[in-house]
Amino acid sequence: MKPIPVEAGLILAGILFMLGLISVLIRRNIIFMLISVEIMLNAAGLAFITAGARWVQADGQVMFIFILTMAAAEVSVGLALILQIYHQLKTLDSDAANKMHG
Amino acid sequence: MITFYIAGTVAVLATIMVITRYNMIHALLYLVVSFLAIAIVFHVLGAPFMAALEVIVYAGAIVVLIIFVIMMLNLKQESVEQEKQWMSRKLLIGPVILSLILLAELVYIISGADTGSIEQPLLDAKAVGLSLYGPYVIGVELCGILLMSGIVGAYHLGRQKKKVVHRFLELQEK
Repeated sequence: MKPIPVEAGLILAGILFMLGLISVLIRRNIIFMLISVEIMLNAAGLAFITAGARWVQADGQVMFIFILTMAAAEVSVGLALILQIYHQLKTLDSDAANKMHG
Repeated sequence: MITFYIAGTVAVLATIMVITRYNMIHALLYLVVSFLAIAIVFHVLGAPFMAALEVIVYAGAIVVLIIFVIMMLNLKQESVEQEKQWMSRKLLIGPVILSLILLAELVYIISGADTGSIEQPLLDAKAVGLSLYGPYVIGVELCGILLMSGIVGAYHLGRQKKKVVHRFLELQEK
């Protein structure tokens, strides 16, 4: 079993993060933007796990647990916001929410 | 090692499929595939507990939550057509090129550094738990506060505001 180079793991995390970033930039549907943020958080967690495996320390996995907790809290609040926006504006277009009505 | 590369390729391909789908449910199913592939990557990197958490929390809880919301919104075929309209090729080209330039720079920087390699480390759940409740216990408490505020925020934002009209006012209007 040959060892895995650290570059491979970090580059994989970079590619996934960049795909999520591209999706945030090109989408107008607000649910897709939330999904893309999940992809980006997951890529950041992958980078932490790779670094933790390189130095055989548990800190990387602890950071991944924190990222997981934050992603769960963020997606619940984000989905509640999306429901409110859909009820108020009757659309999922993120550009429609650029005006604050008082 | 070959497992790592295969799972990584699957993850990248599934993520590309996620960001190019027009139908939201199809995108979410590809997202589950992507998360499962990343879980395999975690297992290969010697973090089996994190692989299990990835499957349970990401591919289980978060995706199911998003699917529930999509079901509540009751989207129809028109939304797919509108999504097609929103993602025009002209709009797509600028962000993609700029992001690819940044990615190329990142790959250049990472591959230039001398980082060493991973040789079967295998950190089990015991080491993670000892670290989590030893030096990182303040982080665990902060996570608890974050989840609490998440619950309160989701309840407050997700509540449907009912119109409260007193019964005497209703009688007067009639």
